[in-house]
Amino acid sequence: MTWALVVEIISWILIISGSAFTIIGAIGSLRFPDFWSRLHAASVTESAGMILLIAGMCVHAGLSLVTVKLILIGAFIFLTGPTSTHAVANAALVSGERPESDEEDKKKKGKQVR
Amino acid sequence: MLRKIITALVFFALWLLMSGIYKPMIVWLGAASSILAVFVTDRMNRASVRGHMTIKIKPFASVGYWLWLMVEIAKANWAVTKLILTPEMKLNRHMITVPNSQVTDLGATIFANSITLTPGTITVEVEPGVFIVHALDYSSSDMDAMADMDRRVTAIESGVE
Amino acid sequence: MFIAAAIALFISMMLVLARLYAGPTLYDRVLAVNSFGTLTVLFIAILGFLNGRPDFLDIAILYALINFVGTIAILKFFRYRSLGDISQMPPDEGDTL
Repeated sequence: MTWALVVEIISWILIISGSAFTIIGAIGSLRFPDFWSRLHAASVTESAGMILLIAGMCVHAGLSLVTVKLILIGAFIFLTGPTSTHAVANAALVSGERPESDEEDKKKKGKQVR
Repeated sequence: MLRKIITALVFFALWLLMSGIYKPMIVWLGAASSILAVFVTDRMNRASVRGHMTIKIKPFASVGYWLWLMVEIAKANWAVTKLILTPEMKLNRHMITVPNSQVTDLGATIFANSITLTPGTITVEVEPGVFIVHALDYSSSDMDAMADMDRRVTAIESGVE
Repeated sequence: MFIAAAIALFISMMLVLARLYAGPTLYDRVLAVNSFGTLTVLFIAILGFLNGRPDFLDIAILYALINFVGTIAILKFFRYRSLGDISQMPPDEGDTL
């Protein structure tokens, strides 16, 4: 069990699980019933999938300029991903899309929040 | 002025990291472009109505916050993954209003972005003092989790007032 | 390992493209384009490792920057029907984006 083998296995695990999370996010964005729930599926791809894939590539690359660039990409997506998700959601809300609330359907109140 | 020099130095360091080629002329071009970038940013700052953003945050406490946030993201991802992969999706979609107690714009931005980063909750609208959040699988414990996150973000703010 | 990740990213890109085609609303499509952009950034980075050419990462950085600006530009255009200065736009909907 050498050090190189340990690093290889760690980056394998990170990259394969990251790929799994991106596929799960994509499946979610196909399966979910309405626009508001699809936002959540897209954020699975953007958080878990992205972080795990970038971390896996960092571990594989070792300590070099490549790692710096990867961390920069990761930090940029980490900051802008939620910002653009919020922008899409806010634009949809302003344009008059209103999400249906399962919670209130259950309580039979029929009062919409906002 | 000191602020501008520091910005130019940070830009130049970033440029050196990105480029990886250290021939004299190319390095000079990098230095010139970082000074040009500072000049353009300064002009944009003067043109903007709101002025520049001040960064007031505790550096060491925020490292702890990011680590805590990573754990939260992992937990929330697992919950949403289970929702996606179950054959019948038992969603409980709901809009909730979350009060926020941050004073600075940066603190409020960090809180709103953290809410959106954890899958399952998305900040939809920002109003003075409250966020309107869309939750995918709403349960009554969500409000407590939000209040806990709010408290943690407020704790890493510094220089209040 | 990288070939498996590339295939997985390709499959997810195809699934997101299906959502882009199916719609039904404009915002579904903008969201799909945004996810597709993020997946493309990761795909380019993985391809760089697959070919042993780390220069691809520069393209990935550029693509990430353009993806963010593009999403905001699309949303701004559909909201204000213009890409210019917000202060010259009709003031009916406030200035928060």
